[in-house]
Amino acid sequence: MNVLQFVIQNHNEVLELTLEHLWMVVISTLLAVVIGIPLGILITRRPGWNKPVLGTANIIQVIPSLALFGFLLPLPWIGASSERLAVLALTLYALLPLIRNTYAGIKGVDPAVVEAGRGMGMTDRQLLLQVELPLALGVIIAGVRVATVISVGLATIAAFIGAGGLGEYIMRGVAMVNNQVILAGAIPAAGLALLADVSLGWLERRLSPA
Amino acid sequence: MYRPANGQEIVSGLNLEVRRGETLVLLGRSGSGKTTTLKLINDLVSPSSGQVLVEGRATTEWDPIRLRRGIGYVIQDAGLFPHFTVERNIGLVPAIEKWPAERTRQRVLELLQLVGLDPGLRSRFPRELSGGQRQRVGVARALAADPPILLMDEPFGALDPLTRADLQREFLALQKRIHKTVVFVTHDLREAMLLGTRIALMEAGKLVTALATEEFVRSHDPLVKRYLEAFGAPTGNGCEVQHERAAVRDSESQ
Repeated sequence: MNVLQFVIQNHNEVLELTLEHLWMVVISTLLAVVIGIPLGILITRRPGWNKPVLGTANIIQVIPSLALFGFLLPLPWIGASSERLAVLALTLYALLPLIRNTYAGIKGVDPAVVEAGRGMGMTDRQLLLQVELPLALGVIIAGVRVATVISVGLATIAAFIGAGGLGEYIMRGVAMVNNQVILAGAIPAAGLALLADVSLGWLERRLSPA
Repeated sequence: MYRPANGQEIVSGLNLEVRRGETLVLLGRSGSGKTTTLKLINDLVSPSSGQVLVEGRATTEWDPIRLRRGIGYVIQDAGLFPHFTVERNIGLVPAIEKWPAERTRQRVLELLQLVGLDPGLRSRFPRELSGGQRQRVGVARALAADPPILLMDEPFGALDPLTRADLQREFLALQKRIHKTVVFVTHDLREAMLLGTRIALMEAGKLVTALATEEFVRSHDPLVKRYLEAFGAPTGNGCEVQHERAAVRDSESQ
């Protein structure tokens, strides 16, 4: 039995696990966007917070993923549900690229342009919303892209704590010593990662000011 | 206006008054504090001591946003917003001042004409314009809300000599019509003499002298003379030398 036959025979389950996978990635990336972009903006406004915020995000990033799941397990409410746990872990991993790219994107805006805006009497808010964020958008989307691709990969590990997703097949296949089953999880996961990369890459180019 | 010590003493002991309707040129080499002086006027830089009076009121007492919206600001390379069309760039201050859209549109067309740009350019982006066109847009943007004061920081510095000469000529013609109070920063003596009604020479954060343009060329200040010599302009000294030579020849012939 080859992979294709396996997938066709189990298409309902494959679809379900793919959607589960996608769901974890989308929710965690959205959460990371909602937290990471404002944090990135904040550290452009308060230079003193730059090091602690980026440092913390960096430390989270280097914790091995299984270990991070382990750390989060004892948490109340979160630890009680493997889905919540997985989403939280993925969110934490996605934070660094978002904070860093938001910060770098805004800092990369031509200072002459920002000063011209300030000199003409734009408020800080107007400068941020009309000048800095639009000009940084391409770099910020690049951060979303990196975060999403990382999440698709990491979400396969979520199966190890029972959160489902395409990692189920990989784990099951490893246990059964069955390459077809492993690939039935691995190929769609890789496909999702590629899809996310290509589509967000397209968006990044569309939204980058030339 | 009195604007002493700023931060690391970039500008100190500066006592200078800008008169209504004049074009005061701040002349000086790089790092002499002319740009800082300009930024003291629209409060992009705040004085560490002393005060800057704009329309009789210290800049520190102004709401900085209100102050800046009443002062046009033109910088080198125009500092246009790359993601805004020409129309939105020029209409920026009207937009943040919440003018009705139609009035802003009319004003933009008026300004395009005023600075000699084809109204067809209004939907272009800055990258689609030449350097001279961008700078004209920069001037139009500064004039949008009809501010009484205009600050210009080496606005023509990045242009090729021919375009620069065009824009200088146009600026003179424009200033004859609109009579703004202009403070103009440059390191180019020729530009200063051409455009300025008065020239303030700065060096190392201090004001050397501020003189009407005609008096400036006759000044005996050593630094002024060095400037005039560097730009090959006839100095007061040079004239005297010629007179002396003439006198010598006269005595020889006698």
